[in-house]
Amino acid sequence: MTLALDTVEALQDAVREGPRVLPVGGGTKPAQSEPPSDDVVAVDVSGLRGIVDYDPAELTFTALAGTPVAEIDAALGEHGQYLPFDPPLAAAGATLGGVVAAGTSGSNAFRHGGVRDFVLGVRFVDGTGRLVAGGGRVVKNAAGFDLPKLMVGSAGRLGVIVQLSLKVFPRPRATTTLSFALESTQAALGVVAALGRSALDLDALDLEPPGRVLVRVGGDAALLDGRAARLAAAVAAPCERIDGPEDAALWREVGALGWVPAGSRAVRVGLTARDVAEVQAVLEPAGAPVRYSLGANAAWIAWPEDQDLSALDGVLSALGVAGMVLTGPSHRRLLGAPGGGAFADRIRAALDPDDRFPKD
Amino acid sequence: MGQAALLSGLESLGLGDRVLTDPAALAAFGSDALTAFHQRPEAVVLAACEDDVVQTVRFCHREGVPFVARGSGTSLSGGSVPVEGGIVIALNRLDRVVRVDPDARIAVVQPGVINLDVTAAAAPHGLLYAPDPSSQGVCSIGGNLAFNSGGAHCLKHGMTSNHVLGIRAVLPDGEIVEFGGGTTDPVGPDWVGMFCGSEGLFGIALEVTLRLVTLAGTARTALAVYPSLEAAGDAVARVVGAGLLPVAMEIMDALAMQAAEASVKPGYPAGAALLIVELEGEPEVVEADAAHLAELLDASGATEITVTEDVTERALIWKGRKSAFSAVGWLAPDYIVQDGVVPRTRLGEALAEIGRLSEEAEIRVANVFHAGDGNLHPLILFDGREDGAVVRAEELAAEILRLCVRLGGSITGEHGVGLEKRHFLELMFSPDDFALMHRLRAAVDPQGLANRGKMLEQAAA
Ligand SMILES: Cc1cc2nc3c(=O)[nH]c(=O)nc-3n(C[C@H](O)[C@H](O)[C@H](O)COP(=O)(O)OP(=O)(O)OC[C@H]3O[C@@H](n4cnc5c(N)ncnc54)[C@H](O)[C@@H]3O)c2cc1C
Ligand SMILES: Cc1cc2nc3c(=O)[nH]c(=O)nc-3n(C[C@H](O)[C@H](O)[C@H](O)COP(=O)(O)OP(=O)(O)OC[C@H]3O[C@@H](n4cnc5c(N)ncnc54)[C@H](O)[C@@H]3O)c2cc1C
Repeated sequence: MTLALDTVEALQDAVREGPRVLPVGGGTKPAQSEPPSDDVVAVDVSGLRGIVDYDPAELTFTALAGTPVAEIDAALGEHGQYLPFDPPLAAAGATLGGVVAAGTSGSNAFRHGGVRDFVLGVRFVDGTGRLVAGGGRVVKNAAGFDLPKLMVGSAGRLGVIVQLSLKVFPRPRATTTLSFALESTQAALGVVAALGRSALDLDALDLEPPGRVLVRVGGDAALLDGRAARLAAAVAAPCERIDGPEDAALWREVGALGWVPAGSRAVRVGLTARDVAEVQAVLEPAGAPVRYSLGANAAWIAWPEDQDLSALDGVLSALGVAGMVLTGPSHRRLLGAPGGGAFADRIRAALDPDDRFPKD
Repeated sequence: MGQAALLSGLESLGLGDRVLTDPAALAAFGSDALTAFHQRPEAVVLAACEDDVVQTVRFCHREGVPFVARGSGTSLSGGSVPVEGGIVIALNRLDRVVRVDPDARIAVVQPGVINLDVTAAAAPHGLLYAPDPSSQGVCSIGGNLAFNSGGAHCLKHGMTSNHVLGIRAVLPDGEIVEFGGGTTDPVGPDWVGMFCGSEGLFGIALEVTLRLVTLAGTARTALAVYPSLEAAGDAVARVVGAGLLPVAMEIMDALAMQAAEASVKPGYPAGAALLIVELEGEPEVVEADAAHLAELLDASGATEITVTEDVTERALIWKGRKSAFSAVGWLAPDYIVQDGVVPRTRLGEALAEIGRLSEEAEIRVANVFHAGDGNLHPLILFDGREDGAVVRAEELAAEILRLCVRLGGSITGEHGVGLEKRHFLELMFSPDDFALMHRLRAAVDPQGLANRGKMLEQAAA
């Protein structure tokens, strides 16, 4: 069952009494937002919508949580600004609250950082039904606990986000992509590490096994040729340049997970380059396509629906990293070792003392 | 618990001469860089290893003894001051850089490691630890983490918590927890972000995984002189609004420059206000941005603009800037370092108003601050020997904080609430917000032992 609520008061009431609740934004990520059991009702917050305040000169904005990311992106675009963490699925109707609660950043977050690096302030309804605030609207603030960050990746399990303030950056005026062909994943990882450590400013640094490395550069159009040439010279491998509409389409496709085959679940894993070999050892026999983004800090895995998740879960647990199922049928949302331990349990208990949100 | 029982309890932990009890030795741990507060601890444990910290915390939990972690004691808000009947757990001997992984661009460090020592360990790999508080030569990573400290170059790179990827910590009841790891893109709630900036109220960080950034290809530093502080403030909004992304943007007024000149002699050009802007990146980008910047500075009424790429000259500019807090000691016997934030589009307005308040109160105020972030640091100068001078200086400091909040900002950008600003938090948060913060604290630390008396607890009237 879904309850569509468009006032904060109605939301507070729903949290205070009745069945347990799980917020849904655009519903673009059903594995995350579908109620995990029958005694949980989905609360659709997409009615809490609109940009509350946007001062381009300040490079910050405040919007209600149900505001579509596409709407925000358009408003920022008018002033040559953007959300530097590259929120995925903007076109599919993802909401600001959903993007923050899912904690997902796209490939183009490589340069400036992920969602957590841009959230300044939050208002949310906690498990007691109170409307509470944390952080503020200015780009720097050390007053009180950092609740805005806590909400990043909270997946609707710690509170219902009502409003968010974020900082933004100037949008690169032009972009270009170089695609390098390496003979092995090992060699490609070497290139990823070397580029990551170089003094080149890269917007995206992705690895598509077995050996394709995709590197995007953004900035002043007049300077891109020179910068791309320097980048090409830094890698000893054949290289192809992708420009203009093709460059835009390539990354749009990546952000929409268009490469995930039908009949696969999309899983996102946070890891480091050191973990890649062991993850590959499980993915290859399973025939699961994967893309490593953010300089191999994230893996986007398409895990076949006809295979259960235990092999993947096992390797993630052994590596001490966590994964999150985004799409496709799954009885579980998190894989591997989510971490947080007793600290997480206690924070959760304080935010939701009466178990008003699903445990998982 | 009485002092004798406490001491014999600590003795039984087998810490040997790592427990200090001599009153003269204890006095040194009674205050931090905000010297207005002092409280002698009952004892100090000089932890030599992680286990010393854990055993001491478990003891405190069993016996109900409040404790405060201490890194280098440079807090400017009374953060590392103990409470009556409590002990200090000193972490400065836990100063090992455990490992640097240049390919993953991370460093794993103990909490007592000095900020600059992380960069020293990373530099051979062409990497650096970006957050650079002016106190970076002495302050510890544990203290930086607890306060989410910032610095001049945080404009582009972000604060401490944007650079902390993983934490192992001991909770106030002695339980050890781990969260985060080496990835910049973790799954699940941001427990790391929640622990950072919690001012030690959630326990003690034992080991920290830090993100390193690459050394820039090229850097240029511009100095622009303005006829007034307000004009310099307005120039900042213009640069930010034009879409440039400098790595640092700092302002110093004539008093602050005079102080810096008296100590490290940076040779700044003379004027009412100086704006320092640093650009970094790939050479042709810096070149183009520098040209754009020069136009903007010129159009914003700068009377003199100089730009340098020279490493030695740039180092001296930053040495002057970073020495300013301590150098102000040359100008007055006493001063309060205030820390507040305003929207950067309202900097000019805020600075003009601070000037007016300063004149009205007949108290000199020096300004040296992180302008690009709107993070003000008015230094309120006074002579504590004069009758009522402290109180008047504190009143002015409070008035400036109220101004920050009125303009839509915050009561602290980086120095934290500590002891000093407990009663200012309510300018920003509602009773419901406080109720939640208290619930969070109580859930993690039911006895309220970790850094008792700070941030949330109201000061005795
Ligand atoms: C086909 C597909 C491809 C995808 N590809 C990518 C990709 O390439 N990269 C990527 O990073 N992500 C990807 N995602 C994930 C998706 O982009 C983000 O999770 C999305 O932004 C969520 O927005 P939403 O509004 O649709 O949220 P929903 O799907 O409605 O909800 C997402 C989560 O957030 C919670 N939530 C929603 N609103 C609130 C609120 N107001 N308060 C508290 N919690 C809330 C929900 O409970 C749920 O746990 C993909 C998803 C799909 C379906
Ligand atoms: C001259 C001068 C310039 C300064 N410039 C800046 C600046 O530019 N930017 C800025 O942000 N600050 C600045 N500061 C303030 C100060 O240096 C920072 O707050 C710094 O982070 C404190 O580090 P510390 O090691 O001295 O911490 P301490 O003062 O020892 O402790 C600070 C707080 O952290 C807690 N703590 C310490 N270690 C741990 C741990 N391992 N786990 C949990 N909690 C812990 C303590 O309990 C205390 O509450 C400056 C201070 C001075 C004196």
